[in-house]
Amino acid sequence: MNDARAGWMFATPALVVIGVFYLLPVLAAFALSVTDFDLYALANLDNLRFIGLRNYTDALATSLFWKSLLNTAYFVGVGVPLSITASLGAALLLNSPLARCKGLFRTALFAPVVTTVVAVALIWRYLFHTRYGLINWALGHFGIAPIDWLGDPHFSMPAIIIFAVWKNFGYNMIILLAGLQSIPPELYEAARIDGASAWRQFRHITLPSLQPVLLLVGIITMSGYFQLFAEPYVMTRGDPLQSTYSVLYYMYEEGFMWWSLGRASAIAFLLFALIFMVTRVLLRLARRGAAA
Amino acid sequence: MRPRLASVLVNGGLVVVSAIVMFPLLWMLSVSFMQQGEASAFPPPLLPAHATLANYRELFERAGMGRYLANSLAIATALTLLSLAFNLSAGYAFAKLKFAGRERVFQTLLGALLIPAQVAMIPLFLLMKWLHLVNTYGGVIVPGLAGVFGIFLVRQYAQSIPDELLEAARIDGAGEWRIFTRIVLPLLKPIVVTLAIFTFLASWNDFMWPLIVLSDQHWQTAPVAIAALSREHVQDNELMMAGSVVTIVPVLVLFLVLQRYYIQGLLLGSVKA
Repeated sequence: MNDARAGWMFATPALVVIGVFYLLPVLAAFALSVTDFDLYALANLDNLRFIGLRNYTDALATSLFWKSLLNTAYFVGVGVPLSITASLGAALLLNSPLARCKGLFRTALFAPVVTTVVAVALIWRYLFHTRYGLINWALGHFGIAPIDWLGDPHFSMPAIIIFAVWKNFGYNMIILLAGLQSIPPELYEAARIDGASAWRQFRHITLPSLQPVLLLVGIITMSGYFQLFAEPYVMTRGDPLQSTYSVLYYMYEEGFMWWSLGRASAIAFLLFALIFMVTRVLLRLARRGAAA
Repeated sequence: MRPRLASVLVNGGLVVVSAIVMFPLLWMLSVSFMQQGEASAFPPPLLPAHATLANYRELFERAGMGRYLANSLAIATALTLLSLAFNLSAGYAFAKLKFAGRERVFQTLLGALLIPAQVAMIPLFLLMKWLHLVNTYGGVIVPGLAGVFGIFLVRQYAQSIPDELLEAARIDGAGEWRIFTRIVLPLLKPIVVTLAIFTFLASWNDFMWPLIVLSDQHWQTAPVAIAALSREHVQDNELMMAGSVVTIVPVLVLFLVLQRYYIQGLLLGSVKA
């Protein structure tokens, strides 16, 4: 009895904060998304009207929305596999019994994760500079002509993906490293006695053992990458030719540049629905893979 | 001979990859000491010819960077201290105190983690406006006072506290509050450090919400301010690199000092599946 009262007393302050400043706004976002809340409604609530699903249908009929969706899908579709591959590669190197100074290397590889996105995006904006950027200078040694990374719509998204991989791979590297360390060494010993090559050991022991961790890492990274915003905001402002315009960038501009808060809420919900669906599909595929 | 070769490959690989990963950060530091315009040359110089503090001077004297850093520091510190109080007590309650509906409430909270924070941002902005918290520190601090992730982290850790210890204290007649402050908190010390560094870094690095709720320059945090600055000074690379240095160095140093706790939290937070 006493326990129950104490429990609620300790939990309530946090629950109130989460309820009022998180769950309530989420519900309100849905309510907003079926109204025409705009600058006029912001001034006087009498101007607010219920418009049903028109914000959703309008968004789905806007080419810029589809463009932002395709750009975001490009970023997720290429960025997530690349990030995880980089994480896995780094984790394998760090996990090798031959590696020395592991702590030092781990810290160096992890450092970008704790940096401020905006600040490091500025560095990369400069590294990608067409004329003075070190990346083009380095590529020049291989006879590659200068690339207008942030000014050419074909290269702007790859540039942002490269930046994002650099910034984020360390996070999953740590999780995968822990996963690698939990694989029993006897498995490898047995395989070695059977004469399995390093590649076969990786293919038949490492990858299957890591599968649950990889799924987790994949889902976390995917849902984070769908929320692409700060990178294009700083590096390209969504340009060139809106080639880096993301769904959240669209939501931000609709909501806080044009104050179409109803429309912006609908966009946020569409993004949420998308993330939710992709997560479900990934989980189902993983379950089928595990069953097979 | 072959293991030797493998060792060279592994360690060589680590050296090369680490060098590539660290290079942008080191180069940022180098460029921040260059004369104005010096970095706009081909090939780009690696080190300043005559190191100068001019960029930092301009950053603080004319661009008002000191103010923005102070804003960031005030917000991140307040948010860290206050949210610790909320998350620690709730995490402890969910781990160790039995109350009706506990599991259901906790599952609901975990489910809420799936919803991207941006969904809540628009109504949250209206709520903040209504509470007169737009363009105040409170606008950033109040919504972050409690978080599902923090509660989850504390709960995971607090579950290892033996029930007998708490029962013994109750039999001795200690009140729940006294048990929490005298027995539980000391045991939770490692997770307190972990959660503190997580919260501080997340708050310092946060961009989208501060951008929305702190539109008035006076209250802006360092990331929001340098983003604005970079849009005005597209050509002043040396100045912008100095801005990046002063924004990144505080969190990087904090991470280096408390690295062990950070990594531990990262691993503890990712085993929820």
